[in-house]
Amino acid sequence: MSGEIIDLAVIGAGPAGMAAATVAADLGLDVTVFDENPAPGGQIYRGIEAVATKRASDLAMLGPAYEAGKTIVSAFRASKAKHQPNTSVWLVQKDRQLGIASGGRASMVQARRILIASGAQERPVPIPGWTLPGVMLAGATQGLLKSAGMVPSGPVVLAGNGPLLYQLGAQLAAAGAKVTALLETEARYGAALQHLPGAIASGGYLAKGLGLISAIRKAGVPIRRNVTGLKAIGKDHVEAVEFAANGRAWRLDCEVLCLHQGVVSNAQLTLAIPAKHEWNEAQRCWRPVTDAWGNTDLEGIAVAGDCGGIGGAEAAAHAGRIAACEAARALGKIDAPQRDTRASGDRSAWERHLRIRPFLDALYPPSRAIAVPADDVTLCRCEEVTAGEVRAAVRQGGTGPNQVKSFTRTGMGPCQGRMCALTVSEVIADQLGKSMAEVGTYRVRFPIKPLTVGELASLE
Amino acid sequence: MFRRLHTSSSTLTITLDGVALKVAPGDSVAAAVLASGNPACRQTPVTGSDRAPFCMMGACFDCLVEIDGVPNRQACLVEVREGMQVRRQARPTLVADRLAS
Amino acid sequence: MSTAGTVHDFDVVIIGGGLHGCSAAYHLAQAKLKPVVLEKHVVARHASSASAGGVRRLGRDPAEIPLAVASIEMWHSMRDMLGDDGEFRATGQVRVAENAAELQKCEERAARVRALGYDHEVVIDRKELRRLVPQVAEHCVGGLHTARDGYAFPFKATTAFRLKAEELGAVVKEGTKVEAIERSGERWVVRTNHGQFRAPVLVNAAGAWGAEIARMVGDDPVEEPVALMMMVSGRMPHFLDPTVGCMGRKLSFKQMRAGTVVIGGGHVGTVDRETELTELDFRKLALSARTVSAVFPIMKDATLVRCWAGVEGFTPDDIPYIGPSKAAPNVFHSFGFCGHGFQLGPVVGSITAQLVTQGKTNLPIEPFRIDRFAGKDARVPAH
Repeated sequence: MSGEIIDLAVIGAGPAGMAAATVAADLGLDVTVFDENPAPGGQIYRGIEAVATKRASDLAMLGPAYEAGKTIVSAFRASKAKHQPNTSVWLVQKDRQLGIASGGRASMVQARRILIASGAQERPVPIPGWTLPGVMLAGATQGLLKSAGMVPSGPVVLAGNGPLLYQLGAQLAAAGAKVTALLETEARYGAALQHLPGAIASGGYLAKGLGLISAIRKAGVPIRRNVTGLKAIGKDHVEAVEFAANGRAWRLDCEVLCLHQGVVSNAQLTLAIPAKHEWNEAQRCWRPVTDAWGNTDLEGIAVAGDCGGIGGAEAAAHAGRIAACEAARALGKIDAPQRDTRASGDRSAWERHLRIRPFLDALYPPSRAIAVPADDVTLCRCEEVTAGEVRAAVRQGGTGPNQVKSFTRTGMGPCQGRMCALTVSEVIADQLGKSMAEVGTYRVRFPIKPLTVGELASLE
Repeated sequence: MFRRLHTSSSTLTITLDGVALKVAPGDSVAAAVLASGNPACRQTPVTGSDRAPFCMMGACFDCLVEIDGVPNRQACLVEVREGMQVRRQARPTLVADRLAS
Repeated sequence: MSTAGTVHDFDVVIIGGGLHGCSAAYHLAQAKLKPVVLEKHVVARHASSASAGGVRRLGRDPAEIPLAVASIEMWHSMRDMLGDDGEFRATGQVRVAENAAELQKCEERAARVRALGYDHEVVIDRKELRRLVPQVAEHCVGGLHTARDGYAFPFKATTAFRLKAEELGAVVKEGTKVEAIERSGERWVVRTNHGQFRAPVLVNAAGAWGAEIARMVGDDPVEEPVALMMMVSGRMPHFLDPTVGCMGRKLSFKQMRAGTVVIGGGHVGTVDRETELTELDFRKLALSARTVSAVFPIMKDATLVRCWAGVEGFTPDDIPYIGPSKAAPNVFHSFGFCGHGFQLGPVVGSITAQLVTQGKTNLPIEPFRIDRFAGKDARVPAH
């Protein structure tokens, strides 16, 4: 790879990355997609090729939204875009060099343009007991279902809010898992109502959502609403979940507890470079500031898909194609009018898919009580730091997340702040009466993926 | 804690803490650990409490295990291979422990 | 933009909220003066939190040895002084000789230090090296050792000085950037984005920005900001107590209380003066990783969790500026520590306080004078 310069380096083989690479290769760019997973698909289409060939009977249970991934993956496979699986991108520099690692060796790759399509991650759900084995994020359980055809063998409870939770509920029920209950923390129909026209205009999302809820009901899974005080109970493993709803206290036994409070942009890479970011109040997460083509403030570095703001899988694929057209323009393969023409269909589809978002963001906001947990709740899973310890650091003069990090070691563990950054900033903002935009977030440091000393030593 | 919907036509054998474990090709190491009956991957360095796979997408780092002698590998991102040796990670003895003792 | 606004009166205005500024504030407050620390970002934003935290007399420039020797005593009594030791651990410092020629250099160095009247640098043989550093690579033949040196946690040490200074009446103003410095009668007026701060005395502890401040009062020192890169591993089982460096290669290596291993040694990245952000050079860090793997084979599979660079001021002769301005009255400088000012923090704050209160200090600071490069074409060497 030494000396070679690739036209477009795409980071992530989810819908945005695959669609972008497919179109960019078609437009004559030399494209390589780097992805840390063994197979393309990202989180949403995880394992799609294997499921389609070896477990086709699971497709019905996983639903049409998942099966749609077959088309996008096969188009990607058929394209001239190169695919480097099992490869982590641990560094992106402003001069568009990437640090990658694969098979125990690190190397650098120079690209003319970089498209970051690193997707989303689930929002942390810091409730008491969330570190117990058996407590998982909803997407984790869904990922197991997709990639390994595994379901919880004992009773499972789903708790939180957001579309993914209902989708998982329907899938688990269809797969024959013992879903004890779905506990909905928050659903603000009143606030969402004003965005209903947009939601209707965006296509089938509403019908799909209602279908999921009805499937869960039909499977006999009770849905408890206005759930508060969620708590995972257990000694070495989750044994039960406690909560309040309908004016009374509940306790449900479970072996697996799936938590979900929506997804947030995975901005780890863009924060580390750093590109310019802004606080997205509606989605309560950070996003890189971009123009209409996904370009960040850094020359030649663009984003597409959920890492630039949550829009879902379909919007992500369109955003990827739009960014690919822009890459081809920037590298002189097409001119601006050709780009505009080529991207116009994707742009209108992209805009249509995004019209559901204000409705969903208003309907399923993260619960305040979870986002700003009580003193005894662990918010940094790696270093086992509680919200109370963060508040004590703030009282000692730690007025921002970076100082709190120095005081308490939050964000210094192996996850590099992925699981605590939002909560730490929310707690500080709450305590100081400041906005999230004022408080900011951690300075994210490279390498943003684990790199061993031996791997780094292999870098020439 | 997790069961398979299908019995795989072919299987691989890995070892988990030295004990042979039959797994399906394409499983991540984390999936294999979850299917083993004991989902714990490691003890935390601070309190020594057990942690199991939590996000299954490479973000939380709770599923760190030792694979073929290399510690701190993300089990959810590594596919099983025939003969792979996986070990759960015990809490390390830290400098702070030595200071306390 | 300057807000002419409010005027705040103090006894001393200290510019820079790093270790040196906070140490000066503590010593001045201890002497019953009321200082204010003006910090443009937050306390310990740059070198004072990015430092690897070595508390080291070992290998010092001869000019710095008397200061370092005085400072180590203060580190050992830090808890009594501040009520907090900044996590200082006196686990010693070792500089490893990887071959006979380097061991010979150790002998020469120890002899030179002894000739100056100090006995803290001691040559150790292969066996003693292994006793102190059991995981050192087989080929290493010995080295130099300073038993009472060690390391601390830079952010906590700086914060300890800050909190104690505040307890004694010092004021720390974060987010307060100096825009202009003027003389008004017998007083200095420092204009900032948050009003004016007036005092008879000015202390310049502005680190990598010290020369800029010095120029505002008429001095003209030579200083360049340099980004020293550092790496830290995840938590590892305890295997090392002393801080380790090499005679022949760039390395500073220590295992912290949490089990993490901090690796530095002087490889530099780049600094953007405008944004004050740094960019790392991973090809140089790869050299560092090769050095680490060669000297500590146990580190090969260690995971690097973070790399960063701290912005520090460097001078042409690799020693700091300490002492009075030559151009203006009642201004005292303390900056440009060239990446090894952490250990000196306690004593230099005390020297600055002595200069303010008594007009003199009993430690030799002539080599650090602000105008030592005047009229010379001195440059900061490339790093």
